[in-house]
Amino acid sequence: MFVSYKWLSQYVDIADQTPEELAEKITRAGIEVEGVEMPAAQMKGIVVGYVKSREQHPNADKLSKCLVDVGEEEPVQIICGAKNVDAGQYVAVARTGAVLPGNFKIKRAKLRGEESNGMICSLSELGIESRLNPKEYAEGIFNFPNDVTPGEDALAALNRDDAILELSLTPNRSDALSMMGVAYEVAAILGRDVKLPEPNPNEAGEPASEAIQIRIDAPEDNPLYIARVVKNVKIGPSPLWMQTLLMNAGVRPHNNVVDITNYVLMEYGQPLHAFDLDRIRTGEIVVRRAEEGEKFVTLDDAERTLSADQLVITNGKEAVALAGVMGGANSEVNDHTVNVLIESAYFDGQIVRNASKAHGLRSEASARFEKGVDPSRVQAACDRAAELMAEYAGGTVLSGRVVAGEYAPEPKKVSITLDRLNTRLGTELQMGGVEDIFSRLKFETETKNDEITVTVPTRRGDITIPEDLTEEVARLYGYDHIPLTLPEGESLPGGLSPYQLGRRVVRRYLEGAGFNQAVTYSLTSEKRAAQFALEVREPVALAMPMSEERAYLRESLLPHLVEAAAYNSARQMGSVALYETGSIYLNEGKNVQPKEEERLAGIITGIWQEHLWQGEKKAADFFTVKGVIEGAAARLGLTDRLSFQKATPEGFHPGRTAAVLFDEQPVGVIGQLHPSLAKEVDLKEAYLFELKLDVLLNAARVDLAYTPIPRFPSISRDIALVVDSTVEAALLETIIKEAGGSLLTNIHVFDVYEGDRMEAGKKSVAFALTYVNPDKTLTDDEVTAVHEKVLAALKEKANAELRA
Amino acid sequence: MEEQLKQLQDEAVMKAAAAQDLKELNDVRVAYLGKKGPVTEVLKGMGRLSAEERPKMGALVNVVREAITKAIETKQVSLESEAIQKQLAEESIDVTLPGRPVKLGGPHPLTRVTEEIEDLFIGMGYTVAEGPEVEQDYYNFEALNLPKGHPARDMQDTFYLTPELLMRTHTSPVQVRTMLKHEGKGPVKIICPGKVYRRDSDDATHSHQFNQIEGLVVGENIRMSDLKGTLDAFAKKMFGPDREIRLRPSFFPFTEPSVEVDVSCMCGGKGCSICKGTGWIEVLGAGMVHPNVLEMAGFDSTVYSGFAFGMGQERIAMLKYGVDDIRHFYTNDLRFLQQFSVHE
Repeated sequence: MFVSYKWLSQYVDIADQTPEELAEKITRAGIEVEGVEMPAAQMKGIVVGYVKSREQHPNADKLSKCLVDVGEEEPVQIICGAKNVDAGQYVAVARTGAVLPGNFKIKRAKLRGEESNGMICSLSELGIESRLNPKEYAEGIFNFPNDVTPGEDALAALNRDDAILELSLTPNRSDALSMMGVAYEVAAILGRDVKLPEPNPNEAGEPASEAIQIRIDAPEDNPLYIARVVKNVKIGPSPLWMQTLLMNAGVRPHNNVVDITNYVLMEYGQPLHAFDLDRIRTGEIVVRRAEEGEKFVTLDDAERTLSADQLVITNGKEAVALAGVMGGANSEVNDHTVNVLIESAYFDGQIVRNASKAHGLRSEASARFEKGVDPSRVQAACDRAAELMAEYAGGTVLSGRVVAGEYAPEPKKVSITLDRLNTRLGTELQMGGVEDIFSRLKFETETKNDEITVTVPTRRGDITIPEDLTEEVARLYGYDHIPLTLPEGESLPGGLSPYQLGRRVVRRYLEGAGFNQAVTYSLTSEKRAAQFALEVREPVALAMPMSEERAYLRESLLPHLVEAAAYNSARQMGSVALYETGSIYLNEGKNVQPKEEERLAGIITGIWQEHLWQGEKKAADFFTVKGVIEGAAARLGLTDRLSFQKATPEGFHPGRTAAVLFDEQPVGVIGQLHPSLAKEVDLKEAYLFELKLDVLLNAARVDLAYTPIPRFPSISRDIALVVDSTVEAALLETIIKEAGGSLLTNIHVFDVYEGDRMEAGKKSVAFALTYVNPDKTLTDDEVTAVHEKVLAALKEKANAELRA
Repeated sequence: MEEQLKQLQDEAVMKAAAAQDLKELNDVRVAYLGKKGPVTEVLKGMGRLSAEERPKMGALVNVVREAITKAIETKQVSLESEAIQKQLAEESIDVTLPGRPVKLGGPHPLTRVTEEIEDLFIGMGYTVAEGPEVEQDYYNFEALNLPKGHPARDMQDTFYLTPELLMRTHTSPVQVRTMLKHEGKGPVKIICPGKVYRRDSDDATHSHQFNQIEGLVVGENIRMSDLKGTLDAFAKKMFGPDREIRLRPSFFPFTEPSVEVDVSCMCGGKGCSICKGTGWIEVLGAGMVHPNVLEMAGFDSTVYSGFAFGMGQERIAMLKYGVDDIRHFYTNDLRFLQQFSVHE
């Protein structure tokens, strides 16, 4: 909503407020003023000129040589390029030395050999957007329609010396979608009176009801329809003050009749429509629901196909307007119009929204109906338009209004006690102060004991409950005056849940291990939705995605991490270690909330560790990732419950991928990104992991208890075993553990060899075993006995021989 | 014999002193004091001496032996010291060469901001509540006083999956779910961080996915002044002790009254590009929980009242770290992420 300072000052005395001061006060009281534009501040030296003569420029076809009276003794010569310039016009002249918006300075110039002392201006050169220029001047220079005097300030004549406040309105404050509404707000802020127009058109001739009959067939959608008839209008431009105020309010002037309906719309917030009475033909208006598939040509000459949830104004036979949205081409006011029907109606918000949404027609009118107009202004607005048409279009207002329906809702009464008001706000207001605030708002009040009852005018439909009164008081009393306190009563211990703490532990661990945390998008493409997923389901789709790239919910964090790694790799950052924690979404059937699982995933590629001048460089490999996962499990106290099993999921290298098991149940995957996929995104060897973080964190409940440090020395034995190449280390380890019993406290692989010195199909795996007895010093004999058992078990279960 | 010993001593002492290294010195020791050395030989020959001469001679041998031993030991200390000096000299390194790098990762800036805010409110007695990102229309809108067809729904353009399921547009549904769990009994004191989604085209200031952290306090006699005091404490801890807050009336369907909360700019009100010359930066939306919301969540709005607030981590991070484009948070460029590995 653009509010002209000059226009506003018709209704409330703001002479002592600069536009900036006013803007700040309005903002602090609840309606944000996004900006204050003062067009004249960017311009100077622009006066009214009278074109005394015009002749063709001797050396240029498209230029005119004009002599312009600018209020001085001698006229000045100006070369003008506009097609529509002619002798006898009053125009805006930027004189030599003038400045136009954009700091465009006008200098004396010679154009094709002819001197030019200034410039004749179009409206857009004076800072008015061309979409707001009256059509006849949009392509050329502007002509003043009224009496103006050469030499007078053209910016003042054009109301360019106005200040325009741009209000950003929240949906509840549709009352401020009118100059009168803003006037009430400003009056409340400043504690002043509101001066409103009191329309009283001079009526003459026959009753309007003889010219038109009105019937409403859809009273729920249109409870009230008021019309007036103005005869014998002369279509022409509206007065300059009206045109310029409309442009300042962001409305394009057309002709006097249309401008008046728009002017009253901006003034009252009540949308009006002017029909050419003669083009309605039947002398009848019938309001009804549109028929399904009904065709209708709106005044923008577009044919619309209507549906039954839209409302039309008809002449009893065919539609003449789409109610509250746009008139029809068949009944539009044009240059030949003589008799006008003014429509002022109350249309239901939803029915208007249906039509404006279906046809993509958002207008000043539809916006107001959708948010709800003030029913008490329907009649006054109609009268006001009739009065202005009599004055500025030379028409005769027929006597009386034609009214169909009735809609005069009682103003709501809302009560609140002073105590509740003060306890909600934390203030210590007195009743007198509260009453004063409502009187500034022009709300009637009644006080009984501790309770105040407010009669809320229909223009403020947003106020319905006691809390709304609290807000009115708070915003006008001023939030700055509310004290700073903290909630009283029972104090609670705050904190993270064990799950949330665990998540942070995992994050810090990975960051300490060298990973940067990534955050990627949850929405993805169809192709990526189930890629790398631990559990593949029909992906969950958005109903109306904005792009194919963001149309489905992800089932794995990995696709976007691969993308992030590829992004970095393509920018000379080939060594990447990224992790992410986040949700994935599993389809549970239509209309059922998907199952959201929290996952932990990561990618590493390139060099994992390097020390350049010492010539050390270690590329990331499968075991780098595995070590990271094992470390995380150790940090969560889950080491013994995690295991790894060779697996061949899609998207991974079939020989370098493992399923991660937790308590023997699948909980994740680690492995190399399939080389052909890596090639697609220009990545070198890359390793991925994804784990069900929620499963791990819900299981991770460690009760730390100290285990005594062994007081007796341990004995280590190394064994090198020869086994078939296919035998996995994990199997050997399990056998050793089982056979080793309680004395065997530690076991790890320290060498693996497969090659020339081995028999084909065989490999050597070497383990270091540590034996400890917590209760006494072990003897060699005791260890040997256990060790023999271990070797025997290995021989029996894995056909493992000691390497010679 | 006496003379022979004296000569031996002189010879040994001289050789010890002349030894070039520990091995040569050891050779001297073996040569003179070893089992087959001349001193031992002399001792062996003592049997032939008379009873008077034997103690005299014994004493003399001991003197000689001690003298040689001492000479060898002295030389040994000096040789060892030389050896160590030599070794140290050889082992000298250029300490200005770079160290072996320890890989340093770090949290995402949005996580940093989220955890910082979480910790700040945990310190004031809040717990952290979380909930699903795919929500039912009911929890995201209807229970928050936004019935179907409400004009304010336009303020939040929504990704729908079906007419009843959507990507949550704020973390407020977590508040609703938490209140319902409380079954009408206060107090409730939570903050709800999480990802939210809106139908926006991604550009420098818009992202279809972003983060929010919302707070909710419900109790008996919770006042607007409590909201103001809480947010003032937040602003001072988050942005600095000199910062102040300013409340401006606004509108949200789920709070009444509703306010926008500005934090004073670090320029101290002089006006800069961040606050666009106003001295204030818009950071939060807040308000007193709408009675309809309380009632729908099972709380008696005549007994209970509450306040709620919400902010965006992206906005806070942009202000705090001077990030100029919201898309940086989702590109995962290492040159961006690595800047946040530093402890603040």
